Order: sequence, then structure tokens, then C-alpha cells
Amino acid sequence: MAFLAGTEMTGGYGAIDILRSCSISAEKGQVTVIVGPNGAGKSTAMKALFGMLPVRSGSVQLDGEDITALTPQRRVEKGMSFVPQVLNVFPSMTVLENLEMGGYLRKDDIRGTIEEVLELFPALQPKRRQLAGELSGGQRQQVAVGRAMMTRPKVLMLDEPTAGVSPIVMDELFDRIIEVARTGIAVLMVEQNAKPALEIADVGYVLVQGENKFTDTGSALLANDEVRMTFLGG
Amino acid sequence: MQDYANAFVLLLNYVVVPATTYGCQLALGALGVSLIFSVLRFSNFAHGELMSFGTMITLLVTWWLQAHGLTIQPLATALLALPAGVLVTVLLSLATDRFVYRYYRIKRSDPIVLLIVSIGVMLVMSGLVRFIIGTDDRTLDDGVRFVISAKQFRDLTGLQEGLAIRATQIITIALAAVSVGLLFWFLRHTKTGKAMRAFADNEDLAGLSGISAQRVVTITWVVAATLATLAGVLYGLDKSFRPFVYQQLVLPIFAAAIVGGFGNPVGAIVGGFIVAFSEVALTYSFKRFFSYVLPADWLPDGLYQLISTDYKYAVSFVILVVVLIVRPSGFLNTRSS
Repeated sequence: MAFLAGTEMTGGYGAIDILRSCSISAEKGQVTVIVGPNGAGKSTAMKALFGMLPVRSGSVQLDGEDITALTPQRRVEKGMSFVPQVLNVFPSMTVLENLEMGGYLRKDDIRGTIEEVLELFPALQPKRRQLAGELSGGQRQQVAVGRAMMTRPKVLMLDEPTAGVSPIVMDELFDRIIEVARTGIAVLMVEQNAKPALEIADVGYVLVQGENKFTDTGSALLANDEVRMTFLGG
Repeated sequence: MQDYANAFVLLLNYVVVPATTYGCQLALGALGVSLIFSVLRFSNFAHGELMSFGTMITLLVTWWLQAHGLTIQPLATALLALPAGVLVTVLLSLATDRFVYRYYRIKRSDPIVLLIVSIGVMLVMSGLVRFIIGTDDRTLDDGVRFVISAKQFRDLTGLQEGLAIRATQIITIALAAVSVGLLFWFLRHTKTGKAMRAFADNEDLAGLSGISAQRVVTITWVVAATLATLAGVLYGLDKSFRPFVYQQLVLPIFAAAIVGGFGNPVGAIVGGFIVAFSEVALTYSFKRFFSYVLPADWLPDGLYQLISTDYKYAVSFVILVVVLIVRPSGFLNTRSS
């Protein structure tokens, strides 16, 4: 059993199921990427794993424990962390305050973790007292990831972290994400930029209409002709 | 030169000092309204009645203290009763939240629905206040009246005009400064205060960070009810306590909050002073002022009062309308919504 495992999840927002018996799992120290066409249910699968969407059937397990019924807040306490695609920082608070809020639940000293996060994202170092709302898109994404890192999570989930940032910033972010995974965290992300994302993925999932279509290592998926022709534009 | 000094003292005495005091009271009220708006996301029209209720409780406790001979002369007894007033008002606002607002919050009702609900709460609270204490005009101040009287000032400076500073004015300005200082320190430097700002900034992300919505809401009500009671008691000390007047106070308070940009605490304070100074300056008769600064034969007839004091609430309305037309998000607003 994988560290985080959503098994045969079925569910949606109303009467119609968006996810249909969809299974996603993530392993510690690995980068897992979910790709697929628009409306495939990538973000929905992520939300189901984090408890933001009730599943009608199927289960979510974290480290062998069934967490299907837990609220997102309880899952944060269990060591999961989520970076939403948009509205993922506190814009009228400084970078430091954003990080502090990320560590809100922690009772111990969080200063060490703040320094670790700032080491991971050196670009934020000189901006620590600046308002997050005044930063560039790429820096804001770094703050968003940093905030999620503050709980010292075991699972870090990112919903399209590179949406709206330039290709250079995207490469930079991906490098950081690999670094995060190498520290033993299970990283799971949904990506619109399928090709570069699969290049860094240890495991890739291709979803189509809420179902698992292909599951393989990132490089195997990139080498797969059908995946390339259908989803990666040749 | 003497004439200009006289004119200056005249303005200080009749415009600057009263308007500063009134501005402090409005700012405290507007801060509460602004806080509720940014955290709970609705315009709380019952805030004036919350001030009224807090002042009433403080007055009742003041009477009880006076009856038992417990006073803190030369300061007003009401200051001793203030903590009790704050406590009961906090409890009332928490009960209101639990039994009224929480239902609509869980239903995720529109802000406009909550606004209408708050008008209902306002009517119930105003009925409650009138039922308990009646509609009469009451005096809260039983302390020493003047720090410096007009006659003392005249004797001291040899000017014709006197500058009277009442004890309640000093108390208002001092207490307002201290409580605003504490509020800003709380919001900027404590974990709970930062969590409140985070919740106001991005409710969903605050939830994802493990910040409890119920806790933030509770603390917001505690702070808002404290500010409301303080504003109400200071206004009552400075002028008098009359439920009808307090009900109308919600107008300049909302004008202040909107002028400064809803949801911005600095804006609420600036807005309070803008409204207070406009109200006082526009309803003041400048005839005596001109008699000092203009040559005698230039002196005009009439009072040189722009509008009658009966229309002072119209000033708030005009400011409100002008701001809403020219800059609907307020002058100091940083939020886009």
C-alpha cells in the first residue's frame, strides 16, 4: 500500500459524478503528477484526496490509516498540505506572516522551519517583509508552496503550481519541487504543462473523464506513442 | 497679532477640540464596523445599538456604584463601571452570533441577507434598551468637569477668547489612543490577531492552514463589542446618553468606515476624523472668527454658518454619497473587492 492512496474514488459536486472509480497514490520521496485534458477531473481528484469533495464510494488512506471521513483541517493535522491553484497566499500579509500562518497549528518553535523554507526559495529572502500581494506571480507561487511546507508535511499536494508563470520560472519551480520530494516528502501535483511535468515525474497518471487511462513512470508515459499523440500534442 | 491669536484659540475651542473628541468616538465605532465587515463579511447596522446597550449597562452599574458610594473622583464613575459594561455587551454579541448570525453563516447566505438580519437585530436591541432604561436623556459624567476652563485660560494668556478643555475630552482622546494602539498591536504582533487578518484576507486558505473559523469569529465579536461599548460610553460621557441619538450615530459611523475604505482599520480612523471635522466645521458659525481676522468694515452680516446644526447628519450623508460616486472603494482601500 502506497503512503497516500485514494482507491476507486467516485464522486462529484452534484448529481453527476466527475470521478469514476479513480485511483491515485503517492509515495514518499517521489514526485507524482496527474495530467489529462481539460475537464478530466484532475483537480477534482486532488480535492477528493484532500477531503474538499465528498466521495460517494472508495476510500483514502494515509500511511495505512483510513482518512476518508476526515475534514481538510484534520488532514492538515495528519501531515497533509495543499496548495490551491489560485488565491493561495494571504495578499495583505507579509511573506513572513504568510509562512507563520502556514505553521499556525504547530505548538513548537517555527523559526527554524521558516529559515529552511527561505533557504529553499532564496528569492524570497530579500522580500520577507514585503506583502505577498505585491510579489510577482512566480514569487507568489513560491510563497504559496512555502506556506504549505510550514507544517512540515509528509504529503504536499499542488494544484497547477505553474499556472500563469513564465517557462523560466516554471523550470525553477519544478527544480524546487524535486528538492522538496528528495527530502522524503510525497509530492502530488496536477499539471496543465504535461510535458515538462512528466519529465520530472517519478509516477504519472493520465486521467480521462474521471477515469484512470494510463499509469506509468513519467519517462514511460512520455515515450508512449498513444499518450504523446493524444495528450501531449505529438 | 493679538487678533489672530484670538481667532486661532476660537477655532481650537469650538472646532478642533470638539471635532477631535467626536472623531475619536466615531473612529472607535467605525473600527468595530470595519472589523465585522472584513471578518464576517457583512455590514452590521446593529452596531449603534450595541454601543447603546453597552452604555446602558455601564450606566446601570454606575448608578449601583454611586448608590454604594464607590466613586473614583475626580474621574467619572462610569470609567469604573466600564469593564462590566464591556463584559455584558460581549456576552450579548456572542449570544446574538450564536442564535442569529451563525445560522446564516453556516448556510453561507449572501452579505445582503446578513445586512437585513442585522437590521432586525438592531430593532430588537433598540427595543431592549428602551424597555430597560427608557428613552430619556441621561448624564454619565460625574467627575471633574474641566481640566482648564475658559476663564482660567483667559487669565493665563490675557487673550479675549478662552480655551476650555473638559476632562471627558482628555479621557476620550487618551482612551481612544490607547485602545487603538492595543488593537493594532494585537492585529500585527499576536498569533491570534494575525490569524484574524489571515481569515479576513483568504477564508479558504486560512481553513487549509488550520485556523478555526469559529474561534476567529468569536474573537472578532469580543473585540467589536469592546470597541462599541468604549465608543458609546465615551460619547455618553462627552455629551449624554440618549437611545435615540445612539441609533442615529450609526450613520456617521458607517460614513467614516466607507470613506476610509471598508475593512481597513487605518481608514476607519481617518474616516472618523474626516466625518467629525466636516460635521463640526460645516455647522459652526464663523462670524466671530471673521470679526478677528477681517477689518471691521469688511465684516459681513449673518452668522457665516454653512448649515444649521439640525442638519448635521446630512453632512455624513453628503460625504457618503460623494465618496460612493467618486471612489466607491474608499480612500485607503487596498482590497479589490
